[in-house]
Amino acid sequence: MSVLDRSAAERPFAFTTDQLGWEPWLAPLIEEELTDLHREALVDKARAKSPYFRLLARDPEILQARTKTDNDIFYNADGGLPRAERELAAAATSRHNGCVFCASVHARFASHYSKRHDDVQRLLDEGVLAPQDERWRAIIDAAVALTATPAALTTEHIDALRAAGLDDLAISDLLHAAAFFNWANRLMLSLGEPTPPAA
Amino acid sequence: MSTSITDVIDHLAGIDPGSHLDRVRSQRPEARSNAQASFEALFAPRRPGGFSAAERLAVAAFVTGLHQDAATAAFYAARLAEQAPELAAPIANEIEAGRTTGPYGAYPAAGPLAAESVAGPVYRAAGPDALGARLAAALEHAHLLVFRPRESSPEALQALADADWSATDVVTLSQLVAFLSFQVRAVVGLRLLAAAPRKGA
Repeated sequence: MSVLDRSAAERPFAFTTDQLGWEPWLAPLIEEELTDLHREALVDKARAKSPYFRLLARDPEILQARTKTDNDIFYNADGGLPRAERELAAAATSRHNGCVFCASVHARFASHYSKRHDDVQRLLDEGVLAPQDERWRAIIDAAVALTATPAALTTEHIDALRAAGLDDLAISDLLHAAAFFNWANRLMLSLGEPTPPAA
Repeated sequence: MSTSITDVIDHLAGIDPGSHLDRVRSQRPEARSNAQASFEALFAPRRPGGFSAAERLAVAAFVTGLHQDAATAAFYAARLAEQAPELAAPIANEIEAGRTTGPYGAYPAAGPLAAESVAGPVYRAAGPDALGARLAAALEHAHLLVFRPRESSPEALQALADADWSATDVVTLSQLVAFLSFQVRAVVGLRLLAAAPRKGA
């Protein structure tokens, strides 16, 4: 196998809500190589344009199961945690692990769905300990504690989430969103790198 | 797999059919069934490629051992002992050698995040002869992903290439480590949620 060489000088190193690119370090499948099996694994047809998803398509079986897990955790709108706060958990997890690309995408979603641009920007600029209101404090703290290895989540985190008004489905959604970004961050960080926004 | 566990996360988190958390999980049916399908895709794949069942279980036992959730670690250690008993003791030694707390890692010294760099150990396989070069390289990469994913680099992938890993098998290895990082957190979180008393419950 050959590892693709890229100039690290171009890599964005600050957290941002700008729309970044992402370049793989291993060769993705090319679009012409994609079979029905690969296209089914991509779930969303538009992802055939993405080098990230075409790289993951090298193992279509796990890609398909990964994507369906992701979609239900974030898009299932039947009760539970509002989308904005699922995205907040994803952004906080990504901020803590150091995934500039994932944080940019999910901070944008958190900002869009919550309309709380300043609070999201503060999370990116100052980090996971930056001041937030009680409910976002409880959500960010739980996501960060679960992101530690070994996980540092305690009953106190659960109590704080309940005190902030989350029911058990909402807490489960939060736990899944944070746990899932411990999956996503490790793929995005280790198989390629972010690139600056198109000028 | 030798047992009839239908959902590994439920099994490891102690979620019984008909329980409160069973009802909570049932409201995200695709997430639940595809977390299990992910486990099956990685540990009973239809197309295993060049990444053997023994290697998959060895990496899984190592990764879950590093996460220190006893039930999850024991689950994979038992499967490794069954399928590749000669690797059980070497992997247990590597877990001891590799245990630390994360995430940590350096950001570029010249960049705006330099002040957030956290120093920590760079693991190298303690007993590479017992593992073989291919598995030793996989464990070193797994440790990088578990504890300091922000330090990932093309050089880290080159180390896998040098140890005879193909691009497709690197994708599967990365998915396996990353999936387990999800699975163990889902288990820990749901077990804690199930145990935390609810007001008026």
